[in-house]
Amino acid sequence: MTHGRIRTTALLATFSFSFAAAGGSDTGTTAWMLVSTALVLLMTPALAFFYGGLVRQKNVLNTMMMSFGALGFVTLAWALLGYSLAYGSGNPFIGDLSLALMRNVNLEGAMPQLLDVAFQGTFAVIAAALISGSLVGRMRFAPWLLFITLWSLCDYAVLAHWVWGPAGSAFLKDLGALDFAGGTVVHINAAVAGVVGVLVLGPRKDFGRLAFLPHNIPFVLLGAGLLWFGWFGFNGGSAYAADGAAALAFVNTFLAPAATMVVWLLLEMGRDGRATAVGAATAAVVGLVAITPAAGFVGPLGAIWLGALAAFPSYYFILYRPKLGLDDSLDVFGAHGLGGIAGALLTGVFTSKAWGGVPGLLEGNAGQFWVQLVAVLAAIAFSALVSLLIFKLVGLILPLRAGDLEEAGGIDALCHGEEAYPVAEGAILVLDGERAGGAA
Amino acid sequence: MKMIVAIIRPQVLNDVLESLFKAEVRGLTISRVQGHGGGTERVETYRGTTVKMGLYDKVKLEIGVSDSFVEPTIQAILAAARTGEVGDGKIFVLPVERVIRIRTGEENEAAVTPVRKNE
Repeated sequence: MTHGRIRTTALLATFSFSFAAAGGSDTGTTAWMLVSTALVLLMTPALAFFYGGLVRQKNVLNTMMMSFGALGFVTLAWALLGYSLAYGSGNPFIGDLSLALMRNVNLEGAMPQLLDVAFQGTFAVIAAALISGSLVGRMRFAPWLLFITLWSLCDYAVLAHWVWGPAGSAFLKDLGALDFAGGTVVHINAAVAGVVGVLVLGPRKDFGRLAFLPHNIPFVLLGAGLLWFGWFGFNGGSAYAADGAAALAFVNTFLAPAATMVVWLLLEMGRDGRATAVGAATAAVVGLVAITPAAGFVGPLGAIWLGALAAFPSYYFILYRPKLGLDDSLDVFGAHGLGGIAGALLTGVFTSKAWGGVPGLLEGNAGQFWVQLVAVLAAIAFSALVSLLIFKLVGLILPLRAGDLEEAGGIDALCHGEEAYPVAEGAILVLDGERAGGAA
Repeated sequence: MKMIVAIIRPQVLNDVLESLFKAEVRGLTISRVQGHGGGTERVETYRGTTVKMGLYDKVKLEIGVSDSFVEPTIQAILAAARTGEVGDGKIFVLPVERVIRIRTGEENEAAVTPVRKNE
């Protein structure tokens, strides 16, 4: 989402292929961005499977619905208002209403601007969905929907403006912070919101007393695989062109998670001789998170180093997190927060002028590392404050938590009136006229 | 000796187990069962199909105890399994004719007395 560079690329492209399409669209760019948008959208259902497999059977539908709900509520909030708050000129800290309700958004440009609303919208959706991993198993569904709608407008759109807003009117971008595809905006932001949610809601009733085991590890692997697939659009599409930068981001998205997985599985085997499936899936996600801010700025070997190094903080934190008494249920902070922080800082180390970035620490520019650190700290502080305010506000309107007994019975039955794997015996058809009152 | 059979809500199983262990009741069998008692039906909807779930998931505990343990066992279950809502379940106390511990061939009282590690 390096708009400055993209505009240049787009101009060149328009020049070379001026015969290509009506409205000045570059067909190559537009085609890749159409595909990328669909790829990133798929990441949210993929996340639903990744998270869904990790929870207990009685909460799997609720867990998956927390992601699916974002596909509905956040999409509309983003298209009608969030996009404008993020990409309207405004001031360095927030956009304006010039693009609200998709007014002044047209089909002009190398890539039609309307498509940008959708492409960026898919990022807003998955950012909101990511938070759910911290809160599954005790939060009610209605306050969740209200929370993500407000969060996508008041938190996500604002931070997106800081990092990706129009040049000259975007706080962190103007500072020189690099975030190619959303390590700060999506991953650090969502992970901090998740931790804040855990502190507001408190741990699950049985946290520390019971082992919460995943109910379907093949779902976890399925979700991780589809996330990786979708991430080619997340990072590759963030080049905003079908060009060399997209190819670099794409290949780095292939290499970095592989390196993370190798390191992670070796760490596991070194610890007790066994490599776990959940560990492999987690490692792939951590590697994907870590390469996100760096994807279009580091060379392929830099990506491998970055992926390998990013394994360590997440691996050790996830191992010791339960002892902290923090019920971040599915380790959103361990995977996305620390993966995002490691990625953002390592971007400042490995970014390379030869590969389209600015010189980083390894090329003698230590300043970039400090800029990255400032951006990370700004994102953490902003997300913590705004997420806390939104959680408190929603809590005033709707009860956030399920009761103890409701929690023990599972959120699927409580909030959705469905079971993931219903048993047909004993299910009596309710006929017309007979109102199904008295739902438990 | 008695066989105590308790049908409880799955939601309270962990509390009940904790309560039993605190009361020093060891040696029990659980099974996941379905049943119908006085509880109101749970309504679920799958697209256009609305159904009343007439059978509820329950957990059945079977605990063989010597006579002196009957009352503590019952009290432990009551303390942990009662929510006050319809559907909390039942406890049945049944007579037991004979108990044999397979490992040693011990019978009756000796067979239902838990083995302690240091004995």
